[in-house]
Amino acid sequence: MKAIIATFWRDVALLWSGGGGALAPLGYFIGAVVLAPLAMGPDRTLLAAAGPPLAWVAAALAVLASLEKLFQADLEDGSLDQMLLSDTPLEALVFAKGAALWLVVGLPLAFAAGPAAIALQAPLERVPVIIVSLLLGLAAFIGAGLVGAAVAAGVKRGGVLIALLVLPFFAPPIIFGASVAAGQDIDAALALLAGCALFGCVLGPFAAAAALRLQAE
Amino acid sequence: MINFLANPARFMSATAWVAPAFGVLAALLFVIGVRDGLFHSPAEQFQGETVRIMYVHVPAAWWSLGVYTFMAGASFVSLVWRHAMADLAARAAAPIGATFAAICLITGSIWGAPTWGTWWEWDGRLTSMLILFLTYLGYLALVAAVDDEEKASRLAAILCLAGFVNIPIVHFSVEWWSTLHQPASVLRPGGSSIDASMRAPLFTMAGAYFSLFVALAIAHMRASVHRRRVEAARLRAAGAGP
Repeated sequence: MKAIIATFWRDVALLWSGGGGALAPLGYFIGAVVLAPLAMGPDRTLLAAAGPPLAWVAAALAVLASLEKLFQADLEDGSLDQMLLSDTPLEALVFAKGAALWLVVGLPLAFAAGPAAIALQAPLERVPVIIVSLLLGLAAFIGAGLVGAAVAAGVKRGGVLIALLVLPFFAPPIIFGASVAAGQDIDAALALLAGCALFGCVLGPFAAAAALRLQAE
Repeated sequence: MINFLANPARFMSATAWVAPAFGVLAALLFVIGVRDGLFHSPAEQFQGETVRIMYVHVPAAWWSLGVYTFMAGASFVSLVWRHAMADLAARAAAPIGATFAAICLITGSIWGAPTWGTWWEWDGRLTSMLILFLTYLGYLALVAAVDDEEKASRLAAILCLAGFVNIPIVHFSVEWWSTLHQPASVLRPGGSSIDASMRAPLFTMAGAYFSLFVALAIAHMRASVHRRRVEAARLRAAGAGP
């Protein structure tokens, strides 16, 4: 348990350090949200109908931008070997890393989605539910992202490869998330999003740990 | 069976005639299926002659899913038993399945243009098939990106199994949108609703696709074994040299 907590705080510290590493996905997110209305035109009715789900597209892209370094650095500097040597199962340590990513990257993204959704003409009363949906959805994205980042950890400049690998796994959460953002079937979509998040949290660390054991061989 | 084929030498002697035999069978079935599909089956009441695209489109859809299921099974065997031939089988199947998925998407699009009046529709089954195609592409990209061949196979096997869990979830989530696509008419409870005159060429073509898959996959696996033997011989020669 101590090792899990230590890994968690180590990753939080690492994600914060290094020139605002955690803020980069946030900047990416805001950039994507600003570009969307510029491409669609400023028409209020069009934005109100199609805009809020775009916050989900931006969030998915922002998460992708944070995945490349997740395991690559551990593989290169030997931290991964230390994790394998420890008594704590690798799955738990991977889970701790994912949780750290969710805290440092996911949480700010979800809260930034509030103002972003308002700017994209979402009705005010829907903003809290959009934030909650993103908190769940980002957990699902990160669960899938762990797998993609782990299998591609040994590949130099693996960012684009990871994006291609995790794209199919992003489809279900983004469908339900966009449904929440558009205000359709909010309760059912939130329940299904929670299911996706649980699925990602449980299966993601197992698959990622299996891949990391191979990477360390 | 699985244990028997794990030895590459036994695999090679057991499959020497499989690839050519299934290749001939595939050619035969394609000739019969295309003949019956184009000339000996009726045009459909509402779709007219465009219904004939079905004989190419539907088997491609079936076997793109079937091949992925096969890959998931091979990946499982490869991870659990460290089975070298299962590795090769999954890798050999991937480009074939990806091609089947691409054929399905392209022919579906060609059929959709006159029938639905649109080349592409974000309908449940089209979207599922597109995501299956992307899953194949991801698998192929991962295999190509990792240098160490054995490591690439194992990592790809993990990705393949994760994708196998994902595909039904994708399927049910895209079903959530109400769909334009007609409901399944062959594989459905209560038996097939398709007329026998169309069912026969459809199943012939499905057999042809399957035979083609077996022939190509076995040929690919045998080529990989030969390539490894050549590499090993080269290494031995280099080591034995002065």
